[in-house]
Amino acid sequence: MSSAEIAVLPETEGFRIRWADLAPFIALALIVLAGALINSNFMAANNLLNVITRSAFIAIIGVGATFVIATGGLDLSIGSMLAFVVGIMIMAMNAMAPSLGVWAIPAGAAVALVVGSLCGLLNGLIITVGRIEPFIVTLGTMGIFRAFITWMTDGGSLSIDNSLRAAYRPVYFGDVLGVPYPVVITIVVALIGAFVLYKTKYGRRVTAVGSNADVARFSGVHVGRVRTLAFVIQGFCVAVAAICYVPRLGAATPTTGQLWELQVITAVVIGGTLLRGGKAHIWGTVAGALILEVIANVMVLSDMVSEYLVAAVQGAIIIIAMLAHRFTSAR
Amino acid sequence: MKLDRLGTTAMSAALVAVALSGTAALAQDAEFTIAVSIPAATHGWTGGVVYHAEQAEQQIEAAYPNIDVIVSTASSATAQVSALEDLSATNELDALVILPFTSEELTGPVEQVASTGTFITVVDRGLSDESIQDLYVAGDNIAVGANTAEWLVEQLGGEGEIVVLRGIPTVIDDERIQGFTEVIEQSNIEILDIQYANWNQDEAFTLMQDYLGKYPNIDAVWANDDDMLLGVLEAVDMAGRTDVKYALGGNGMKQVIEMVMEGDERTPISTPYPPSMIASAMYMTAAQFAGQAPMRGSFLLDAPLITPENADQFYFPDSPF
Repeated sequence: MSSAEIAVLPETEGFRIRWADLAPFIALALIVLAGALINSNFMAANNLLNVITRSAFIAIIGVGATFVIATGGLDLSIGSMLAFVVGIMIMAMNAMAPSLGVWAIPAGAAVALVVGSLCGLLNGLIITVGRIEPFIVTLGTMGIFRAFITWMTDGGSLSIDNSLRAAYRPVYFGDVLGVPYPVVITIVVALIGAFVLYKTKYGRRVTAVGSNADVARFSGVHVGRVRTLAFVIQGFCVAVAAICYVPRLGAATPTTGQLWELQVITAVVIGGTLLRGGKAHIWGTVAGALILEVIANVMVLSDMVSEYLVAAVQGAIIIIAMLAHRFTSAR
Repeated sequence: MKLDRLGTTAMSAALVAVALSGTAALAQDAEFTIAVSIPAATHGWTGGVVYHAEQAEQQIEAAYPNIDVIVSTASSATAQVSALEDLSATNELDALVILPFTSEELTGPVEQVASTGTFITVVDRGLSDESIQDLYVAGDNIAVGANTAEWLVEQLGGEGEIVVLRGIPTVIDDERIQGFTEVIEQSNIEILDIQYANWNQDEAFTLMQDYLGKYPNIDAVWANDDDMLLGVLEAVDMAGRTDVKYALGGNGMKQVIEMVMEGDERTPISTPYPPSMIASAMYMTAAQFAGQAPMRGSFLLDAPLITPENADQFYFPDSPF
């Protein structure tokens, strides 16, 4: 069914599809406009920079999640995995600091990238080799990674060595020509993600597997390998986000990255990627991450909503945005 | 007859002697089992609870060989109910020390345990029915808020503009905020804004950034928890704002106590709501059995300000919190 739709749509309704692809950006523009009307401080350069920088984590992880979801998978472990990778990275940096000095930072970052990719590989292999639903597997690894970080911190917090703190801080707080580093890193990750997804053979296989795994298999695509690699990309992106995350607060706690998996999945879906797979939209994901962060910011800046009801309004806005999206693209 | 009576007297004397030695022997190897049920280490404060409970377990077992302490952690209210069932099914509990996840949900299950004659010590969060507990040990959340507010009112000379960060919607958070706002309302200090940041460092950082963007002048910020305070400080430093004269937390986290010890100007005090209260409760329960020292009643820990002078009494460098 879904494969038939996707096969037909591009020919007959090409224009509408492109219009629907713009939906997340239109929604973002509307929310920004609303923010500007509600509070004049919203458009202050500092506020906008804060919000964009903060959304980097969800956007970077979201690029990876776009791959996983496009193949028809789902990864619930990303929030816990981020906390686990952050914990390992801090421990590695602290251990290397006495011998390597500030070089412990890039060395620790390299460790993080390897550990993150391996975590993704673990998820991917259990799913494809073990033939278990991604939902269940990543629910399991979510608990495992969360328990590990709680154990590593003894339930408290794990802080980066003071000698590294000053040297590492600029990775979150610094900027190139006024553009904060996390934003630069997000753009680079999204560019690479878009290139892989839209311009390479692997990228076309990702959406092919997601829209119909059986058809893809008959056409000679190694479905398991494509899916596993998507999870490895996801793990790598989590590690990149971890590298940007550590310099901000300099510590890992058992609540680090809690419920981020839901924010990431929401950002990906708001961005126009289908939750059932087969269609991926990298830049939409980035817009989705921005939308979530801007809504939260506008909620604090406005005095209209009681602090008890903020989450309800956020939820309602997300649902309305999705409904608007559905009605504009279904017509 | 005479002989007979003598015989019975002798016999009964012997019996009494046997009985006496029997009870003596019993008192000597009498085993007391104290179960401790606490939340799992899911954030800084509960991490501290687990650490202090484990420390107290070792110390009590070393000091009183006839007391066996079992510490059990649970990650949710339902998990804690199951843990209680397991504990009372597999052990003869003489006492239960419990830090309930929530008051309402745990009241029934604890009553079940109490109905078999187990001594009940409730820590931190009270049960809905107070008649179940034999001993109640808790910090004073209203005082945590009120003492901080009184200090702040005095330092700011009774006027200024402040912002507040709330924790997770619970009784603890409500009481702290209540104690704080009641004192602030009597001064000319204005609370500009108050929002939830769920006792989470990241959310506190984000919320403080938004507060700083929204209000051009903030004289002081109260984060109500030291974990959140660390996020707040990072946001203030990043914005380079010098109008924030005081940034205060609460709970007595070791990193913040270190700041107080060093005489930090922006964070010169903290207020204790020590996770080590679980250890107080365990020691008092042990005393009830080992020393026959009567321990029934309520015990409310004070929340004195932690200042550079007394900070070392609140400093546990090995604790995770």
